[in-house]
Amino acid sequence: MEVNKLPDSTSNFTKANCFNKWLIGGPPFLFLLIFFAAPSLIMFFTSFRFPGEFGGLAPISPAMDGSSAEYGLTLETYEFLFSDILYAEIFLKTFAIAAVTTLICLIMAYPLALLIARSQKRFRNLMIMLVILPFASNFLIRIYAWMIILGPESVLSHFVNAILGVFGFAPVTLLFSTFAVLIGMVYVHLPFMILPLYTNLEKHDPVLLDAAQDLGANRWQRFWLITWPQSLPGVFAGAALVFIPVLGMFAVPDILGGTGDILIGNLIKDQFLGTRDWPFGSTLSIILTLLVLLIAWLATWLARPSVRQNS
Amino acid sequence: MPLLEIRNVTKRFDNFTAVDNISLSIKAGEFFTLLGPSGCGKTTLLRMIAGFDAPDAGQILLDGEDIIGMPPEKRPIHTVFQSYALFPHMTVAGNIAFPLKMAGKTANQIKISVNEALENVHLSKFANRYPHELSGGQKQRVAFARGLINRPRLLLLDEPLGALDEKLRQDMQMELINLQKEVGVTFIFITHSQNEALALSHRIAVMNQGAVEQIDEPSKIYSCPANRFVANFVGKINLMNAQVLEATASHLTLKVDGLGTVTVPGKDDVKVNDEGVMAIRPEQVKIAHYAENERPAPYCIGKVQDFLYIGDVTTYIIALDNGVHLEALLPNSTPGLAKLFEINDTVAVNWLPDSAQFLKN
Repeated sequence: MEVNKLPDSTSNFTKANCFNKWLIGGPPFLFLLIFFAAPSLIMFFTSFRFPGEFGGLAPISPAMDGSSAEYGLTLETYEFLFSDILYAEIFLKTFAIAAVTTLICLIMAYPLALLIARSQKRFRNLMIMLVILPFASNFLIRIYAWMIILGPESVLSHFVNAILGVFGFAPVTLLFSTFAVLIGMVYVHLPFMILPLYTNLEKHDPVLLDAAQDLGANRWQRFWLITWPQSLPGVFAGAALVFIPVLGMFAVPDILGGTGDILIGNLIKDQFLGTRDWPFGSTLSIILTLLVLLIAWLATWLARPSVRQNS
Repeated sequence: MPLLEIRNVTKRFDNFTAVDNISLSIKAGEFFTLLGPSGCGKTTLLRMIAGFDAPDAGQILLDGEDIIGMPPEKRPIHTVFQSYALFPHMTVAGNIAFPLKMAGKTANQIKISVNEALENVHLSKFANRYPHELSGGQKQRVAFARGLINRPRLLLLDEPLGALDEKLRQDMQMELINLQKEVGVTFIFITHSQNEALALSHRIAVMNQGAVEQIDEPSKIYSCPANRFVANFVGKINLMNAQVLEATASHLTLKVDGLGTVTVPGKDDVKVNDEGVMAIRPEQVKIAHYAENERPAPYCIGKVQDFLYIGDVTTYIIALDNGVHLEALLPNSTPGLAKLFEINDTVAVNWLPDSAQFLKN
């Protein structure tokens, strides 16, 4: 009988341990289940339904005119999306903007992150605080501020046009252009690139750079062969934190973009709040989500250790 | 011409003089060791030879040419760092190939050399492993192979065995000696461990507070320390305050506290009335049960106060009648016997006149 006690007490222990895990992890899990997983599932089903005549959804009952499936489900929105080249173009433009934004953020953030990571410890926290400081003021207000900075009467506008005038170019408007959208996107997302890069670079062992130099590597070789490859996890994390939010961003193109600067985010927002075509909005969201997942998977696959080892 | 010559090199950090007017010369093919306690300036000296720091004064000549101002990546000198500094994102083969790539060798040449180097350090099977998948000893071998692969003129080793456990350290010492013999590259080895220095080196420079106290072969460093610091730092030694009563070329007569008059071998530059210590290594001290003793001079009588059993040897601490303590070390060559004397045994202590020496303060 005594022998049996041991496994019992162990299983009690594991049970208690398990219970504690759920006690801590349960609430956030439940939150995500109710407010993320369930809505996503609803969206998924919505994308197969008909829009209601005055917005919203048509009831799930056999259509009166017999034009569609028995239970009011359809692939119409998907057909519509894939039949019009316009939507492909908007997707493409959105991905291009996201890619360029990510690249500009990377080029701007890397030297800064490196500078912070290599400065004295007591200055690092101060500098990181300065990077985060913009979050203290409202995001929309900061975007509206760019409207003033880029506006036709702004100092910047006058300055740029004065220079362009010297070379005989016609005056340009900075605001309401793809250029303005890019500036806004980079401005908003830059800290999201700096932080993961800094977190990565700060952990690098400086003796590795000494070793590389000792073994014959010059400044550039030290960067490209030692610092850069080790920072790739930070680069990927930063790229994901910039690229994915940019894909869904609608406020920046709304405020700073011109009529031609409609991105997927704007399109989706319009389906729900403007056109009130919920099924089509859902379809766009589903396709966007799938594309992001595909890219994430591709990036993980490309960054797997065996590939880096061969290169 | 020496391979490396250090002439009157001084390095200061703010008000602290890390290296104080040091001159050394190292021959090609030598295994040279800088031995000293931490903070004695040996790492600073090494960093100046590697090129990471510039001296405030003096010259560093490699093959007769001053290399101060030449950046580390241009110097034909490689370093094995204390933490190994293996590149974590490169495989073993990638790490070893790195210096060859920097030297602009072709892929084919690199492949051949790397395979050969991997074989030399018995790591062929581990070529595609990453550093975090290796044991301490394996990492150490990769670091040696990487430092030696393109045959530098000089390999600097900064306490490379410090992180290994005792058994592995002894194995690596043998490997290191063989490796150096095989490749014929000149080694400058840094350590604070006197055992390591004595076991590995052709010559040792004992450093203290930024200066060199003695440069000599290991046996000379151990048996004829130049001064009190060297005697105390390298190995264990009994030191007893002494004053010179009589000095001739062949011998000195000392008045040693608690022992009376003792004769030791003669030394240059020692005059009558010089103050200093009489030094004798514990393994040179002979002890025997008092009754059996034949009493050849010099001798004295004491009591076994304590002993330290190490395994192969036992150290006995002897309290002499006048309160002076002496250590004697005896091998445990009798099977099954851990110690030859018990605490409080009365013993007679003596030594051969040649084995003691006088060191000036």
